[in-house]
Amino acid sequence: METGTKSVKPTRADELADAIASAARSSERLAIRGGGSKDDIGRPVRAAAVLDMTGFAGVIDYDPPELVLTVGAATPLCEVDALLASRGQALAFEPFDHGPIFGRAPGAATIGGVIAAGVAGPRRLSQGAARDHLLGFEAVSGRGERFVGGGKVVKNVTGYDLPKLMTGSWGRLAALTQVTLKVLPRAPMQLTKLVAGLEIPAALRLMAKAMGSKAEVKAAAHIPWSAKHDGRSVTALLLAGFPASLEARGRMIDALIDTQERLEPMEDAECAAFWHDMAVAASLGRARPLWRISVPASRAAMIGEALQLAPQDQLFDWAGGLVWIAYEGDAVRMRAAAEAAGGQAMLVRAPTAMRENVPALHPRLPGVAALEERVRRAFDPLGIFETGRF
Amino acid sequence: MPILMPEPDSHVLARRSEIVSALRTIVPGEGVVDHPDGLKPYETDAFTAYRQPPMVVVLPETTRQVAAVLRWCHDNAVKVVPRGSGTSLSGGALPLADAVLMGMAKFNRILEIDYDDRFAVVQPGVTNLAVSQAVEDRGFYYAPDPSSQIACSIGGNVAENAGGVHCLKYGLTTNNVLGVELVLMSGEIIRLGGRHLDCGGLDLLGVVVGSEGLLGVVTEVTVRILPRPETARALLIGFATIGGAAQCVADVIAAGIIPAGMELMDRPAVHAAEAFVKVGYPLDVDALLIVELDGCAAECEDLIAQVEGIARANGAVSVRISHNEEERLAFWAGRKAAFPAAGRLAADFYCMDGTIPRRRLPDVLQEIRALSERYGLGVINVFHAGDGNLHPLILYDANVPGELERAEAFGSDILRLCVRVGGVLTGEHGVGIEKRDLMPEMFGEDDLKQQERVKCAFDPAQLLNPGKVFPTLHRCAELGRMHVHGGKLPFPDLPRF
Repeated sequence: METGTKSVKPTRADELADAIASAARSSERLAIRGGGSKDDIGRPVRAAAVLDMTGFAGVIDYDPPELVLTVGAATPLCEVDALLASRGQALAFEPFDHGPIFGRAPGAATIGGVIAAGVAGPRRLSQGAARDHLLGFEAVSGRGERFVGGGKVVKNVTGYDLPKLMTGSWGRLAALTQVTLKVLPRAPMQLTKLVAGLEIPAALRLMAKAMGSKAEVKAAAHIPWSAKHDGRSVTALLLAGFPASLEARGRMIDALIDTQERLEPMEDAECAAFWHDMAVAASLGRARPLWRISVPASRAAMIGEALQLAPQDQLFDWAGGLVWIAYEGDAVRMRAAAEAAGGQAMLVRAPTAMRENVPALHPRLPGVAALEERVRRAFDPLGIFETGRF
Repeated sequence: MPILMPEPDSHVLARRSEIVSALRTIVPGEGVVDHPDGLKPYETDAFTAYRQPPMVVVLPETTRQVAAVLRWCHDNAVKVVPRGSGTSLSGGALPLADAVLMGMAKFNRILEIDYDDRFAVVQPGVTNLAVSQAVEDRGFYYAPDPSSQIACSIGGNVAENAGGVHCLKYGLTTNNVLGVELVLMSGEIIRLGGRHLDCGGLDLLGVVVGSEGLLGVVTEVTVRILPRPETARALLIGFATIGGAAQCVADVIAAGIIPAGMELMDRPAVHAAEAFVKVGYPLDVDALLIVELDGCAAECEDLIAQVEGIARANGAVSVRISHNEEERLAFWAGRKAAFPAAGRLAADFYCMDGTIPRRRLPDVLQEIRALSERYGLGVINVFHAGDGNLHPLILYDANVPGELERAEAFGSDILRLCVRVGGVLTGEHGVGIEKRDLMPEMFGEDDLKQQERVKCAFDPAQLLNPGKVFPTLHRCAELGRMHVHGGKLPFPDLPRF
């Protein structure tokens, strides 16, 4: 997001509502911005004022045994993580800070940005996505009206599930002021089983087998070319839980990989660092355009085959269901390869010139695109939030 | 106050035979039912206090037929009420006198099972349990397990975002559905989600799940399947006070344990269930808690010891631990029989479904007892304690004049109480018609209008399942209106629908 200098920073919901209503009156577009960690995603924005949401930060309610946390949308993700960790809890969908993907310092990402972008890390495979953990919210629509969606308890089906719509809406429906999240206990122990030297198809089969086993694998990833392992591949299976359980489940995993080249498992800090690097596709470097492809896991190898990628160009997370690809070639070819595999490709990082021409989000089929448009107009009839970024 | 449905449109009623003929050109043979005897089975769902025979029933067999019926009804301004197995407890499938009832029972095939990517593609009329049965020989199952699972359909589960006793750990329907094929009221067929985890764009799938048949008719569902846990064990714990049981639940979660299920029954529920199934429930307790743990055997063994310690620290007066499947199922037998047991205590019972913050449980139960005395109607309480979902069963006799109305008023007071303590009107049964008029207790006018605008994006003529969920029907044109300075819309380049 690149915007002009004009910026408005409300600190109360009624001020926010006034700011949006006033933008509507003066035919001005607003680019909603939290910490700015994802500014470099999407088409550069010029013709919009910045709606600075950082005034809506702070913890509103947290009662650990209720498994519910309510915070201001601009509360930094790192503060949320630290607060939950202090009570032995966590956001199970493992949201991460996009800053480092773009060479920015970590720490800017906000929880509202995490929700607006639907950010989830490696454990999304077993624990669900951001959408599965947003229980409720407060927001101001493009009509300049304050409204709420969902509730503040872990089980609720009252009315439409607007929290799902807000998650991943990239600031195109409403400006979030407050979010209520389901939180879960942090596992007391974690352990990553490692296998070296598998080809991609064999790694995908192993991960599918592990996910179909009773070992309750939390995350599964494959790195086709690992610098740390002299350029060999590494396949990683994460187990987390109570010690007695981990030991028993570790044996189930070992039984699946006994013929392979087993490496020493990783624990504690090493384990956490490995999965953090996986979340931000660190091993693909920052020099090349970065794509994120969601695909049925069993077909994940097809994209690299179609584009004739080298092992160094791709990473497989979510047991293959998420493929990160560093690729300098044609975006049309990339999207065709993703579609042929039954998936879709999001352009996460690219030089400005490429972002001007290539939409970040995978294009929708016409019927769905038209319906999405109607839903966006239901929240933002005048298109106040349509900055052209997506 | 009785729940009023929208006034039937006499022009539509006058065209009934024309409508029946038109439907017969789309769905041949016995797929269109118009004889009064044939309509009778469709006049209510499991919210049986309200009955209304539909104008006509159509039972399509293909997505094309669904699309053609909806398109014809759309073009002819005829309302449509979709129906799965008719097990809704909130009246979601209650027919309208001037509407076509679209039954989806013939969509009963499992289309594809993929064990590598762990999903099943099923038609919406397949029952919830049938999905688990289809994959059980490979050690898999479908996690959401509403108590009606032998009868309720996956399409209905999607419409209602059905839950079950294992929600805290495994989620509701919405957390276990990957994609749907959906027919809009216009007859347009679209696909939302897919066979992969994240789809980018707006999460339209997320808002369709739980939309109670107001946004579209689902014709195919892709659900996640999971490997069945190695084992499951349960504890049956008696407490002298509700407060002790509630604290035990909070402490289990605070210890980092997420049980597969945690169910609480109050004293009247325990007595009713024991009298019915005689499984040896302790009768000298004020609260009985079932805690089920699943996973690998070593984990269950470890956690059972931890939960037992927590229970004793909170004054448990009795603790039993299952050592085999037979014992585990016996612990559950009473809880699962709570509804029929209530049926023996009174001619009728009315099942409520609010969710509350768990910490408020002791006060809420006390207040429900007070309400019970005030209304002169008995109540027994069963409770999904892990996720705060209350199911008070109000006992009444519909043949006694005024009792149904008293039961409804009592129920409404319970739901108002749930909202007042920070909870919600419904945890898993849906709003339907039952809680429709209570929606303003939880949502303000602008909140409800914003939800209705989403409805308008899917069904601008508001022909699909009208009269459900929203207490007041606004016309979409009225909802879309926005006061704009000088009467001019900004951004003329934007497409508008």
